[in-house]
Amino acid sequence: MYAFTYHRPKSVADAVALLGQFEDPKLLGGGQTLLPTLKQRLARPSDLIDLGQIPELQGIREEAGGLTVGAFTRHAEVAHSETVRRVIPALASLAEGIGDRQVRNMGTLGGSICNADPSADYPAAIVALKATVRTDRREIAGDDFFTGMFETALEPGEIVTAVHFQKPDKAAYAKFRNPASRYAIVGVFVAVFGSEVRVAVTGAGPSVFRADDMEAALAQDFRADALNGASVSAAGLNADIHASADYRAHLVRVMARRAVEACG
Amino acid sequence: MANPNGIGASVRRREDARFLTGRGTYTDDINRPGQTHAVFVRSPYAHARITGIDAAEAMQAPGVIAVLTGADMEADKVGSLPCGWQIHSKDGSPMKEPPHFPIARDRTRYVGDAIAVVIAETREQAKDAAELVMVDYEELPAAVTSLKALEGGAPLVHDDVGGNVCFDWHLGDAAAVDAAFAQAAHVAKLDLVNQRLVPNAMEPRAALGEYDRATGEHTLTTTSQNPHVIRLLMGAFVLGIPEHKLRVVAPDVGGGFGSKIFHYGEEAVVTWAAKKVGRPVKWTAERSESFLTDAHGRDHVSHAELAMDRDGNFLALRVSTIANMGAYLSTFAPSIPTYLYATLLAGQYKTPAIYAEVKAVFTNTVPVDAYRGAGRPEACYLIERLVEVAAAETGIDKAELRRRNFVPASAMPYQTPVALQYDTGDFAKNLDIALPLVDYDGFAARRGESARRGKLRGIGFATYIEACGIAPSNVAGALGARAGLYESAEVRFHPTGSVTVFTGSHSHGQGHETTFAQLVSERFGVPIENVEIVHGDTSKIPFGMGTYGSRSLAVGGSAIVKAMDKVERKAKKIAAHMLEAAEADIEVKDGRFVVAGTDKALTIGDIALQAYVPHNFPLDELEPGLDEQAFYDPKNFTYPNGCHVCEVEIDPDTGVVQVVSFAAVDDFGRVINPLIVEGQVHGGLVQGIGQALYENCVYDEDSGQLITGSYMDYCMPRADDVPSFTVRYHEDQPCTHNPLGVKGCGEAGTIGASAAVMNAVVHALSEYGVTHLDMPATPERVWQAIRRHTPAQAAE
Ligand SMILES: Cc1cc2nc3c(=O)[nH]c(=O)nc-3n(C[C@H](O)[C@H](O)[C@H](O)COP(=O)(O)OP(=O)(O)OC[C@H]3O[C@@H](n4cnc5c(N)ncnc54)[C@H](O)[C@@H]3O)c2cc1C
Repeated sequence: MYAFTYHRPKSVADAVALLGQFEDPKLLGGGQTLLPTLKQRLARPSDLIDLGQIPELQGIREEAGGLTVGAFTRHAEVAHSETVRRVIPALASLAEGIGDRQVRNMGTLGGSICNADPSADYPAAIVALKATVRTDRREIAGDDFFTGMFETALEPGEIVTAVHFQKPDKAAYAKFRNPASRYAIVGVFVAVFGSEVRVAVTGAGPSVFRADDMEAALAQDFRADALNGASVSAAGLNADIHASADYRAHLVRVMARRAVEACG
Repeated sequence: MANPNGIGASVRRREDARFLTGRGTYTDDINRPGQTHAVFVRSPYAHARITGIDAAEAMQAPGVIAVLTGADMEADKVGSLPCGWQIHSKDGSPMKEPPHFPIARDRTRYVGDAIAVVIAETREQAKDAAELVMVDYEELPAAVTSLKALEGGAPLVHDDVGGNVCFDWHLGDAAAVDAAFAQAAHVAKLDLVNQRLVPNAMEPRAALGEYDRATGEHTLTTTSQNPHVIRLLMGAFVLGIPEHKLRVVAPDVGGGFGSKIFHYGEEAVVTWAAKKVGRPVKWTAERSESFLTDAHGRDHVSHAELAMDRDGNFLALRVSTIANMGAYLSTFAPSIPTYLYATLLAGQYKTPAIYAEVKAVFTNTVPVDAYRGAGRPEACYLIERLVEVAAAETGIDKAELRRRNFVPASAMPYQTPVALQYDTGDFAKNLDIALPLVDYDGFAARRGESARRGKLRGIGFATYIEACGIAPSNVAGALGARAGLYESAEVRFHPTGSVTVFTGSHSHGQGHETTFAQLVSERFGVPIENVEIVHGDTSKIPFGMGTYGSRSLAVGGSAIVKAMDKVERKAKKIAAHMLEAAEADIEVKDGRFVVAGTDKALTIGDIALQAYVPHNFPLDELEPGLDEQAFYDPKNFTYPNGCHVCEVEIDPDTGVVQVVSFAAVDDFGRVINPLIVEGQVHGGLVQGIGQALYENCVYDEDSGQLITGSYMDYCMPRADDVPSFTVRYHEDQPCTHNPLGVKGCGEAGTIGASAAVMNAVVHALSEYGVTHLDMPATPERVWQAIRRHTPAQAAE
């Protein structure tokens, strides 16, 4: 780790002000990605601005029939929240399946989506649950937020403050985890809003995407067997020592079936 | 009254209170006044010529004290890291032993090879400066896998080792094997890979060097399983420091699994540098550095054939193995795929003829050496997979086929065709205990039930035997060991009856502080809390060969027994004097020294006091003091053996394998502490399951970069990956040649488990026609195997 100056602002406004003051500042969420990066000396920020003491970034509340989750909400808080379990139980179970206990006790929603790891779980929920990402300066539709591998629509110095998730009629998330890291090799979030079905796939590609064929098939007939004809092409999917593109394509269908079955 | 802390009692580990409350003292916890920090500049290339090192800028960086290179070591006449075992090839020529310098000189041969060391006031300063050391490399093509290194025209890891072959060795009677194969009714064949593993001890390696200008004494504190061995190797061969001026301390050590047996370059560097800079020098590996530089394990590619007669009796076994040594020979590397592997290829079977060939190969990867089991898991995996293939091909039930070929208990002692002589073992009994334990007869019903849930179920066995307690020095010497393999102990009674035991064994997770104390408590009736076990310091212990190969209790424990014998003889003399009886009339009963046929008796405490307050000793016949030393050199290896049975369930949609039950029935001879034994078995099983299903060390085949360089990619088994184990042992077959009758239990779990799991996996997949799968059986590998064997899906 290279030396840096540590700051702990008490408001978003202060954090924004700090961001403007330094040469190469970096926001610190739960540190689960950023700290290992620093320890390996792969990044050299001049200043770290810890978002952990900002009340505006905390908390889970019901809003407009859906849920608003502060950016600095830890995965464990989402997993254990009575409110989340009642309003969107699939979101609680997604959070419960992230990494391991230590990671869930530290990692945050904001950090997860800003990092935009292709195998992170939350991106699937952002897209499937028609979320809105709120920042210090605007609102970004969930569908537009993830723009590529480790890339988002955020501008430099933009701070995510909260995410609003819409409440689906029913939803479920099925994950095939990497046995080593426990990130998603493939994660499929299925959500039903009236006649609309969303199938958001994470882990499989460079960034979260919607499986159009599957959505269409399920909109017709919301049963796992309706997916028999639908498939995702392996072209362009991720491949690594844990899973080839073919295997990932296969897993998308298996996980989609499981998510549909779990929707009941 | 039975001693609650004596032999056979499940005494809770006394050392755990300190470990679990963070009060252990590991090497990195030790800090010395004036201490400096070492950080290594490591090679980013698998193979490159070093054409220049410019440290000028690094030397200017804040806090930097020195930047030292291979050239500096050469100038100081620092030697090569020695190899402790010499193998001769078939043609009688000695193995190729290219130099292995602590810091590379003109060529780097694996990613992570040390190029320079930066010593600075703080660790961060040393790291900053290490980035400023400019190294000019001329990259060379790399030979990364053993198979590629053997191809014609492959890059040479060492210019003078043609074909990259370190040695081409064999064992057994080739002609007898050929003759038996000619007669065979059936031959089962198998190609298999025993993949490379990263050892992953919880505590990364660390080393702290000190030099005392006043006395000229060097001290190395290091994460070692055998500090005396390090003192010998480093002192005599690398740095030229005599024993009386070199102290090596291995304090609390957080796991080794073999990887901390070896003498590593960093130990020599900090010891040497401490004198050079005149201040203590500490180095602690970061986890990614451990992945790159700890000696790896396994890495065999083998072909095996088993000849059988019409009834399934094994006639002969033929094995040919290619073993990856990595870039240099680590301390015991050559012994692992030879005398700790091929000698175990008889397994539990009375196969009359066996022939094994082993080709050891240099590659541009970190050295490979002993890792829990060391050669024996590779042997067990090969035999037990092959037997299972034979059972499937002949249609003979796999338990029955094994039983038919077991060496019967009545044939003990049994001379195998591959050098070893088993002393005891009742293999059929292990199987008899195991079968009802796993409800073998009920398997078909369980398989049916799994099938109804869309799952595949399989059951697999591993009936293993291993050679532990290495070993008799004369045998080891004849086989090429450049060291003896005995152990020492000293048992010191203090005036008030408390005891300090000094042992040459080293505990780094094995619980010696408890087990060894039980031996003393049992023998002399001393409360266990009055017994202290001291290990890991060359300035305190007479000598020590250390802990590996499940040898501590069998060899180190036996040395303690020998020392206690001497204490008892001396105590009898003192008792005879005190009680005014003839020495011959003194009997030891329940730890008390009694004059036969009387009620006159003394405790060892009474005697110890007299020993140190000898007011009226007959000094011509009786020395004061009660402190005895012994060295124990065993007559033979010990042969732990057992039967492991694993049941798995596979999800054919994803390929995920779940271990649903695992039973281990083991014969460890006499058991001193059942709780600790069970713990050792549990840990061993998890490690074996880890190899079967999860762990895989992968280098990029072209560049030689380590792909699995962190836990994000190198998959360790976790608690939620394994079931609750059923562990049983029996004590009917004690070792015949050591005083405790013990065999050793530290590696058994790892040795049996991988084969049992893989046999179960292949059995589960057998309905698709799958006959073999290489480890680890990852979800994708299993899914691909299913897909390959399912015509409809393969076409998809
Ligand atoms: C072993 C391990 C296993 C994991 N397994 C999973 C898994 O299974 N599934 C999964 O989804 N994730 C997993 N993760 C990721 C983890 O859950 C975190 O979500 C992730 O590391 C980032 O979140 P964080 O809060 O720790 O952010 P940090 O690491 O602190 O920050 C990450 C990035 O986001 C930026 N950032 C943080 N907060 C904000 C904000 N409010 N506004 C703008 N930028 C911000 C930071 O500047 C930084 O660039 C795993 C991580 C580890 C270490």
